[in-house]
Amino acid sequence: MTTTAEPTTERSVPKPVFTDAEAGAKVFPDSEARRYNYFKPAKRKQSHYEDVTVEVQPDPRHYLSQGWLYGFADGKGGYPLEWTALRAWGSDRPVPERFAGSGGQGYEWPAHGWHEFRDPNEEWELTLYRYNSNVVRQLNQNIEAARQAKAFDQWNRNWVQFVAQHVGAWMHVDHGLGLYLFANANRRAPTNMHNNAISVNSMHRIRAAQDLALYNLTLSEEIEGFDGSAHIETWNSDPAWQGVREAAEQLTATWDWCEAIFAANIVFEPLVGELFRSNLVQQAAPSNGDFITPTLIGAEEYDFAERDLRYTKPMFQLLVNDKQFGAENKKLLQQWLETWVPRCIHAARTLQPLWSQPDAKPPRFEDGLDRAKSRFSAILSELELTAPKELGQ
Amino acid sequence: MSRQSVAKAHQKIQELSWDPVYHEPVSHYGTDYTFRKAKKKDPLKQVLRSYFPMQEEKDHRVYGAEDGAIRGNMFRQVQERWLEWQKLFLSIIPLPEISAARAMPLLFRTVPNPELHNGQAIQMIDEVRHSTIQQNLKRLYMNNYIDPAGFNSSLRNFQNDYCGTIGRQFAEGFITGDAITAASIYLTIVAETAFTNTLFVAMPAEAAANGDYLLPTVFHSVQSDESRHISNGYATLLMALSDESNHQLLERDLRYAWWNNHRVVDAAIGTFIEYGTKDRRKDRESYAEMWRRWIYDDYYRSYLVPLEKYGLTIPHDLIEESWNQIWNKGYVHEVAQFFATGWLANYWRIDAMTDEDFEWFEFKYPGWYDRYGKWWENYNRLATPNGHHPIVAENVDYVYPHRCWTCMVPCLVREDMVMAEVDGQWRTYCHEACRWTDVEAFRPTYQGRNTPNMGQLIGAREWETLYHGWNWADVVKDMGFVRDDGKTMVAQPHLDLNPKKMWTLDHLRRMGPVQSPNVLLNQMTDTERAAFQADYNRQGPAGRPAPAKSA
Repeated sequence: MTTTAEPTTERSVPKPVFTDAEAGAKVFPDSEARRYNYFKPAKRKQSHYEDVTVEVQPDPRHYLSQGWLYGFADGKGGYPLEWTALRAWGSDRPVPERFAGSGGQGYEWPAHGWHEFRDPNEEWELTLYRYNSNVVRQLNQNIEAARQAKAFDQWNRNWVQFVAQHVGAWMHVDHGLGLYLFANANRRAPTNMHNNAISVNSMHRIRAAQDLALYNLTLSEEIEGFDGSAHIETWNSDPAWQGVREAAEQLTATWDWCEAIFAANIVFEPLVGELFRSNLVQQAAPSNGDFITPTLIGAEEYDFAERDLRYTKPMFQLLVNDKQFGAENKKLLQQWLETWVPRCIHAARTLQPLWSQPDAKPPRFEDGLDRAKSRFSAILSELELTAPKELGQ
Repeated sequence: MSRQSVAKAHQKIQELSWDPVYHEPVSHYGTDYTFRKAKKKDPLKQVLRSYFPMQEEKDHRVYGAEDGAIRGNMFRQVQERWLEWQKLFLSIIPLPEISAARAMPLLFRTVPNPELHNGQAIQMIDEVRHSTIQQNLKRLYMNNYIDPAGFNSSLRNFQNDYCGTIGRQFAEGFITGDAITAASIYLTIVAETAFTNTLFVAMPAEAAANGDYLLPTVFHSVQSDESRHISNGYATLLMALSDESNHQLLERDLRYAWWNNHRVVDAAIGTFIEYGTKDRRKDRESYAEMWRRWIYDDYYRSYLVPLEKYGLTIPHDLIEESWNQIWNKGYVHEVAQFFATGWLANYWRIDAMTDEDFEWFEFKYPGWYDRYGKWWENYNRLATPNGHHPIVAENVDYVYPHRCWTCMVPCLVREDMVMAEVDGQWRTYCHEACRWTDVEAFRPTYQGRNTPNMGQLIGAREWETLYHGWNWADVVKDMGFVRDDGKTMVAQPHLDLNPKKMWTLDHLRRMGPVQSPNVLLNQMTDTERAAFQADYNRQGPAGRPAPAKSA
């Protein structure tokens, strides 16, 4: 056999070169200095989370020697500390003045107390995508299994309507707060640790909203007569939901980012969110033949209880225990409680008619509210705050 | 649920938004643009149900490659010349990314279209992804590359170094000022749509040619999110275009955003690609060739020009001028030369150019050697300490430049430098377009129109001012660019890690003090200043002093 040799031309490609540029190849000053050296870790050792998070958002009181370069129309740049009335130690120190020959030194790390916050969930991209992917995959599987088992056929008529109207209505709360409170607040806080935790919180809420919306779409396809748009009418005009809606809108209208997070995660969620999810839907669903809806609601409950509340508590604990402004902060948080507790109790109470709607009744509304209040009081005690008298309403 | 089509699912999630009846959401940010409510569609129809697993899958690929790189000893083949420049790039880029996340809320109240808000929220979390995945890449470099100095102090360095400050505009421009100017025009319409091509596609390709396949792994993964962001920007732009009163502001903002991006991104990325590579194949694209393809053809001709059918005047003159700067006026070469002149104020090592580099530059940029060759030979001659000063304080026919008050890159194309007295201070600008940005665009009125939401240029914008009169050794110490023996500098004008060849603070003590060009400018009389400008405009190329006037 003969072969005809094709004329070959050498392809133009970069050539590998042995450079021996790997760690340890030589010894010289700094050759072993393999730690980010511009911040002090919260614990003995720097965590991976800290390495990818801390100091990405600069601070002119710290290393940012030339200051912020672009300002709003009022001349303020960056992330002004006065965007919240709460203060952390050092907040009252002025930004170091720069002038000819001033040098570039700021204050010692951490410059002020805001930088001491660490998200206990240690959220960064790897963790947030893993977590949320697991949730959506599991929910999809649960719903698909239920669909194949024709599990929705076992729901009684009233429960079908309850899910269409009321479970559906909750998606609007998630969406509104996710976008216009939490995503909005990710521009407001003075450190990257705060803003990243807040943006992850935002995605939990937006994901939960979409989980409910797409579940609603499946139910429209699977259950004859399921009204996939009933949630809109319920949210817009059912009197039982107007207290929740008013509170949710009021939350998104809050100027102070700390107040908005505090009111949402410390007050609204325990008193209204968990009341609705854990003390109504989760309790009523099984006895009405529904084992699917609790898996969605349970996922959101975990988001809040084990992730979002988990970062919110240390965020405010630091401020309550602040060495310079602790007492002042505590006073302001108490005032915020006096403002938001009545609003949320009102929202909770307007939901009361929902408890009588399923055929198989959940535990009494008052019992559920008592449980919610007791949980709320426990959270307050962790923050060394006192439940205001309005909680008794 | 999983069987539903994306279009159907996306349609369903439009039911989530509602018009408030009790309280309006807080309005933190203002704009001088006007928008009417419009049902502009989110073209990419992203739903979180599919978004999260998609991103997780992308992560698997990225982190798998990172493991592979370490196990396969990638750093035995990485070019130090290349990776040193990553100390600058990766110190800057996580901030623009996270700033893009922070910018999204600027659009919530100003662009009345809930469907777009959904896409903006996803962009927000994409940007958190980008920022932390890049910090993680830098951490990997720090742990596995021969010289961790500069990586290990990265986020302090970029905050107090003049190069970091230049790069910081690429972040701060997204988050302050008029909400639409910042978060839409500057960020999505110009920075993301035009310049991420060179940042996240062209530059990683050069990394691969220098033995580093992790930069392409991470940045191509990042770039795969950018198409969604570009769509966010385009949908907002079309809404803005539908109101003719916005055209004047759009034209202003396109001019500012285009020119600033050109000044900042082309300075940095052009330098990395041209001066950070060891790949000198004649058929590999130069930065100018890449720019022509990615930015001139793909962005300008395919994206910007078609906007004229909506009645918008796009800044043809500035785009042609940017090309003129890159091709005829040596913008990238002037910047690289300046970075190397000021090596001692940086936190990475800059390799000298060799004969092979000279040949490539001459081939790609005819006339390069006559302009820059001699200076680079001097750079090489002065690279290791041997009784002389660093090159900035030696006589190598180079006049230390003034800074541009607007873009903060020095005024390197000397003939273009202009001046203005603003708020009682004389300022230099690298080009008329930068003077216009400060003096006319960033003002509460524009061409007689009130623009109360327009931002301001603030801050101590000339780095040298801070250290006016200081000894260089104290400057470097103040910035913290010193290794763990307390005296060897992080920066070096060569790649030799033999401690005997490395510069220390002691070498700098003998130099004269730092002089702030801007402080000196403001000490001049009007006559002296006019003479100074006339002389400056006659300087160059390559920073050469003005030729003596013939009698």
